[in-house]
Amino acid sequence: MAHNLRGSSAIVGVGLAGCGEAHGKMPLDILAEATHNALDDAGLKLSDIDGLFTGSSYHFMPTLSTAEYLGIKPRFSDGSMVGGSSFVAHTLNAAMALKTGLCDVALICYGSNQRTAGGKLATMSEQQIYEAPYKPRYPISSYALAAARHMYQYGTTREQLADIAVAARQWAQLNPAAFARDDLTREDVLNSRMISDPLSLLDCCLVTDGGGAVIMVSSERAKDFPNKPVYLLGTGTAHWHRQITQMPDLTVTAAKESGERAFKMAGVTQNDIDVVEVYDAFTINTLLFLEDLGFCEKGEGGPFVSNGNIAPGGSLPVNTNGGGLSCVHPGMYGIFILIEAIQQLRGHCGARQVNNAEVALVHGNGGVLSSQVTSILGTEEVL
Amino acid sequence: MTKQSDKTNKSGPDMIYRSFLDRHIFALPKCTKCNQFHFFPRVVCPYCGEFELEWLAISGKGEVYSTTTIYRKPERGGDYNVCLITLDEGPRMMSRIEDIDAKLVNIGDKVTARIINDDDEPFVVFTPSKEAS
Repeated sequence: MAHNLRGSSAIVGVGLAGCGEAHGKMPLDILAEATHNALDDAGLKLSDIDGLFTGSSYHFMPTLSTAEYLGIKPRFSDGSMVGGSSFVAHTLNAAMALKTGLCDVALICYGSNQRTAGGKLATMSEQQIYEAPYKPRYPISSYALAAARHMYQYGTTREQLADIAVAARQWAQLNPAAFARDDLTREDVLNSRMISDPLSLLDCCLVTDGGGAVIMVSSERAKDFPNKPVYLLGTGTAHWHRQITQMPDLTVTAAKESGERAFKMAGVTQNDIDVVEVYDAFTINTLLFLEDLGFCEKGEGGPFVSNGNIAPGGSLPVNTNGGGLSCVHPGMYGIFILIEAIQQLRGHCGARQVNNAEVALVHGNGGVLSSQVTSILGTEEVL
Repeated sequence: MTKQSDKTNKSGPDMIYRSFLDRHIFALPKCTKCNQFHFFPRVVCPYCGEFELEWLAISGKGEVYSTTTIYRKPERGGDYNVCLITLDEGPRMMSRIEDIDAKLVNIGDKVTARIINDDDEPFVVFTPSKEAS
């Protein structure tokens, strides 16, 4: 029997704002503009929102600050913080709140001015006291350690990781809204400045500003809005560690479990997925998540991602907006993969549109490969 | 392995860990039920949920599980190593390998702990084991 949350809610509005550089704006200014765009998209007004889901690196009590700024008084709020994956995780909590009548119009939203505020990663994270004496660069060194171990165990190469960055750039070149659209070759990535071996500058995501907002309602009323609804078929979450030292096996992420949970709730398999949007903070992320989500066997991610297989025209469209590597990455990226998947399922993606996209997988990452959240979205045809 | 139980010490596990390091002893909590060591030190065994733990000195031997060289300008101190060590007793910890160029550290290298002081805070680094090939 289908899970009772499967298809019970739908996304009826999405909005972006300030992606790239948003000079002179504060994080909540950007968030509010994205919300404004999502409300316009859905034909709703601020006062219709009675459920608020948000996370922040700037506001200790993000739902309070956000609702105060927007001038709304939500009946239900959730500020669950699992890093960049938070906004994907919020889809599950929003679906539960909508299903149980705790709210009728759920807003999931985020905004950051990371780039124009100086490029430093804003964080309220506590220091990891057993790691700090060794001065790892946070977060890249944790990902570098995972990449090095994957290379050791499976023979994965820097060239294969570079191909992930190249594929993302090729998608970005089809997306007028992407931040980095210059030509990029494998050699460019390999020759870029080494930061934390084996990851170099172009293995890393961008630092941009940006905000995003998603509006969810119960499926019963999903067709009352201007755009084709996109249904939430399933979300699964999993986390096994906080610090990289506590990750049981650096080559296997909890995406294995979050993916299984999402696929089970959605009642679909990998073969049903038309488009994949994963959180690519670093090139190694894409590779690990494609393995752990079952798109290829463990250890075969290197060959799978190379030679254009996940680029435009390849066998699996991955990170069609250009990803965190080439489109947008303002501190936390989860909301943007959600929005790109929705745009693909609406058929609104222009030159980068995946033909007949009906089922999309979104995978969020938080911390240092710590929090893993998978959502599967679909059109009415697959309900 | 020398037993170093410290029953007079009523402090929390982080204080106990550091007080051993102050005395140049690398000790970790071991579960009295499932007999596994864990790191970082807690009041509960993360493997079986047992709260009855004892502190034991460990061998200080381990193996490099993963490693990265962090690139840094020479005027800021130059490149340095950050690695994960799997201790012979089981737990994994972050550390760095000293006495060897950062770029020459390899996964699988056998290493031995050394307790050092930096800013008056003792912590554990590793050096290549002498018997290493």
